Amino acid sequence: MEVVWALGQVGAVWVALVLGLIVVPSALGVSLGISEAYMWLLVKTLEWATIRLQKSAKKPQPPRIPTANGIIERDETPMEKEIALLHGADFEFSHIFYFCRKGFEAIVEDEVTQRFSSEELLSWNLLTRTNVNFHYISLKLTVVWVIGVVVRYCFLLPLRFSLAAIGITSMIVGTTVVGQLPNGSVKNYLSEVVHLTCSRILVRALSGTIHYHNKENRPQKGGICVANHTSPIDAIILTNDGCYAMVGQVHGGLMGIIQRATVKACPHVWFERSEIKDRHLVTKRLREHVADKSKLPILIFPEGTCINNTSVMMFKKGSFEIGGTIYPVAIKYDPQFGDAFWNSSKYNIVSYLLRIMTSWAIVCNVWYLPPMVRKEDEDAVQFANRVRSAIAHQGGLTELPWDGGLKRAKVKDTFKEEQQKNYSKMLVRNGSVGSLSAETESD
Amino acid sequence: MGSRASTLLRDEEIEEIKKETGFSHSQITRLYSRFTSLDKGENGTLSREDFQRIPELAINPLGDRIINAFFPEGEDQVNFRGFMRTLAHFRPIEDNEKSKDQNGPEPLNSRSNKLHFAFRLYDLDKDDKISRDELLQVLRMMVGVNISDEQLGSIADRTIQEADQDGDSAISFAEFVKQVLEKVDVEQKMSIRFLH
Repeated sequence: MEVVWALGQVGAVWVALVLGLIVVPSALGVSLGISEAYMWLLVKTLEWATIRLQKSAKKPQPPRIPTANGIIERDETPMEKEIALLHGADFEFSHIFYFCRKGFEAIVEDEVTQRFSSEELLSWNLLTRTNVNFHYISLKLTVVWVIGVVVRYCFLLPLRFSLAAIGITSMIVGTTVVGQLPNGSVKNYLSEVVHLTCSRILVRALSGTIHYHNKENRPQKGGICVANHTSPIDAIILTNDGCYAMVGQVHGGLMGIIQRATVKACPHVWFERSEIKDRHLVTKRLREHVADKSKLPILIFPEGTCINNTSVMMFKKGSFEIGGTIYPVAIKYDPQFGDAFWNSSKYNIVSYLLRIMTSWAIVCNVWYLPPMVRKEDEDAVQFANRVRSAIAHQGGLTELPWDGGLKRAKVKDTFKEEQQKNYSKMLVRNGSVGSLSAETESD
Repeated sequence: MGSRASTLLRDEEIEEIKKETGFSHSQITRLYSRFTSLDKGENGTLSREDFQRIPELAINPLGDRIINAFFPEGEDQVNFRGFMRTLAHFRPIEDNEKSKDQNGPEPLNSRSNKLHFAFRLYDLDKDDKISRDELLQVLRMMVGVNISDEQLGSIADRTIQEADQDGDSAISFAEFVKQVLEKVDVEQKMSIRFLH
């Protein structure tokens, strides 16, 4: 009995602390400075750890070059130039060398598959999961690591979990309540308040530190907000600073409950699985939403899948055919504090959230870019590429023409056929066929 | 505190691979990370599908022939040793290796072995000769549907004619080497340089 009562007391104190120190201030948009202090301590600790690692390295390690720069030298001269200039444009046995080398370069290191796994860190950040190339260094470091594990799993995880629970519950309850009101400006205002508050609580649940840049370019009503996609929490990161109409597929389970509740308060656009396949239907609905200037801006992730935040892959043109003003947003996470990338082929959503909640923190930068509109002479694909370049440039990400769908699907044969076509053109153009008819005068 | 991947590759294994292929310690560990990231089934071997998953390789017209080169006769899986052995062909020839002892076994990345590798890409039935048919098949892979059979046949005929010296309408390894070395710096074209 005593134990139960004691536990009850502890529980009550815990809830009071959480509510008082975290929930209420975040609901009001006020900061008590606790997270800033935590981040400062974290940065200092990681810096110390890095110095220790560098000092204690037994062999003189070559400076670790991030894999984004590549581990092999790649020669980017196009096929025609290389083969024609160096081998001669008529077919030679040595032409095979070009394709051979390209093939082996791709086997050793290719631009695409590395984007579907987490970015490698330059220096260990005291999380077991990132300890790939770092081995036991010193006792002090191990002690700090152990303290880190205890802090993360025994203190931060329950804290974050409670916050997340509070956040999700208030979201469902709040939006259901607001949903009962008649449509009007009061309802919209209250809906925004509820969404913002719950978003803030959820961001605290991830120990998120977000820096927003260029807030004057924030997406306006009747527009489309477009961003690069790294993780499901991208949406929370953005709704922390503004209200958006979400677009997505209807899910089951907890997500489905949240979707059904929120759509009552705010016109989110949820599609059934069957509807998603019908592109015209999707475009039509989104177009109707955008045409209504009083509705919140839609939030779309045109890559279609999560990429590991080192590059921006092909934007699907569907979002750019709707019309309206596009507000591009670049999101870049700092991997040192926690890896936000969701490798959906490796982890399911629950283990992903668990990893997120046991990381140090989620630190990211969000840049709002000036709005863009499709030009007269541009088609949707060119417009998509233009927006993508702007986002990649701002976020310091590389641009790749490859489709994010390659995470799961095979590459289309048309690309191979294009390569074959280019090679054939080169062979035929340089008269390799023409010169034969002159030569083969057999007698 | 190490992850699963790095503890699976022991120091003795790294030493053995170093001796056999000439790659450095750091290159071997890097390539081992690459190997494990391609190994989706996590069983320590790669299958043809694992290679096909690399988009840049899948669109390479000779992708299938290159992938084939990794798999020994009749086998469907390649382990890390086999992977490294094949990659070793593309290691650049270092200056200090050029005048190594002649008594030791020829290194995998010698010019002769590089040429052998390229020759085997053409020699589909492994009879040490490139016949007109084999050349046609490889050409067909490289050009797709864009050149007619007759044109392709002419190209094949001309190429064989130029290189054939003993008049048997097939290209032996020696004839191949002579033809290729006239035009191309093999060491440079069949090498991949590591940045560190």
